[in-house]
Amino acid sequence: MIKTDILIIGAGPTGLFAVFEAGLLKLKCHLIDALAEPGGQCSEIYPKKPIYDIPAYPEILAGDLTKKLLEQSKQFEPGFTLGERAETIEKQVDGSFVVTTNKGTQHSAPVVAIAGGLGSFEPRKPAIKNLSDYEDHGVAYMIKDPEVYRNKRVVIAGGGDSALDWTIFLSEVASNVTLIHRRTEFRGALDSVEKVQALKDNGSIDLITPAEVTGLYGKSKLDSISYSVSNEKEQHIKTDAFIPLFGLSPKLGPISNWGLEIEKNAIKVNNSLDYQTNIPGIFAIGDVNIYPGKLKLILCGFHEATLMCQAAYKIINPGKRLVLKYTTVTGIDGFDGSRKEATKSVVKSID
Amino acid sequence: MSLDISIKITDRQGILHTIDAPTDMALNLMEVIRLYELVPEGTIGICGGMAMCASCQCYVQSSHLLPEKTADEEAMLSEALNVQPNSRLGCQIQINTEMDGLEVELAPEE
Repeated sequence: MIKTDILIIGAGPTGLFAVFEAGLLKLKCHLIDALAEPGGQCSEIYPKKPIYDIPAYPEILAGDLTKKLLEQSKQFEPGFTLGERAETIEKQVDGSFVVTTNKGTQHSAPVVAIAGGLGSFEPRKPAIKNLSDYEDHGVAYMIKDPEVYRNKRVVIAGGGDSALDWTIFLSEVASNVTLIHRRTEFRGALDSVEKVQALKDNGSIDLITPAEVTGLYGKSKLDSISYSVSNEKEQHIKTDAFIPLFGLSPKLGPISNWGLEIEKNAIKVNNSLDYQTNIPGIFAIGDVNIYPGKLKLILCGFHEATLMCQAAYKIINPGKRLVLKYTTVTGIDGFDGSRKEATKSVVKSID
Repeated sequence: MSLDISIKITDRQGILHTIDAPTDMALNLMEVIRLYELVPEGTIGICGGMAMCASCQCYVQSSHLLPEKTADEEAMLSEALNVQPNSRLGCQIQINTEMDGLEVELAPEE
């Protein structure tokens, strides 16, 4: 059982900033995210797109914002449960909550902050009839540990950044990589497209376009797939793994069954106070919440995270008073023993 | 002269809505659909309008001349589900006065 002060569901910008604000109040955080990497939409959907409305950043790439937020909260040593989706929540007799993921990982905390954005990202699955039979038996929709594919034959399908990036990465790991895409054009960073072109040219990977995977075969686990090139006769290739990477679409998912008040696919919160939901101890911050005047902006999520932490402090430390401290005045003491503070000015007379 | 144009939108339940869309607010079709709340929030415009998801996919049923698809839109539609020859991403269609009488149907949610 993982124990923490604030259990944050969703490791997007709002959840990551909450770690920092909680840290200032000496509260420890643990984050759960369905994606394999922190950053949420910023890292998954548009890492290379610029954002122009982050205060003090005239322009910052979404992927860089994630990096900066991770760096900012690093000294508060957040824990992560990645690639797992928060499934159930149970209130304990002592008032704390136990949240269990789809993989069975259990987390215990007195305060839960849902920073789930538009929900957990579920992979978009291609329409191949027996696809689900091979899930975890050769078919995977996201790559958590590339070592699983060492010296294996891998077929990747898709035409976006993740298909390109994983093709490049796995070409060094797997014994054989085949990339199949419906079109001859790929959409990704120029650098990635060029690398894949080079890998194809020197025979390091097999590229099959424009083609679609049509069937999966194998008794207890996947051993081959069929594909067709522009609707011609099907061809078969042997493979140990099939990884369709067709992007992700967010679903509010299991948290919609937690007894929280939902309106317009979002969780209703008390915005005049602390962004708490109808269940005391459970907060909702960032894009996942709704209240009169709500704006789904990263900067609004930061504000909500900050107020949530103040309320969480009072739940975790009942009866204790909290005085707002300014980081410029008090500095920051990390949980890792680090200390950041303003350099002292020198008081010295000039003769 | 009115700055609004009339658009017919069939929602995901098959219900036809005839709405007035302003042409002076720099809106795209996806935003017009959200403005009128024709589908639940969170099920359209997920990527914010960057042609990076297909949550605003619609089928164009009238013969209006629409802006050409950009490479980004083409690429997204090549990966989306339920794509028809008349599929477009609503977020890539900027509303203008030429589009009066436009008829579209929203694609099913993925």
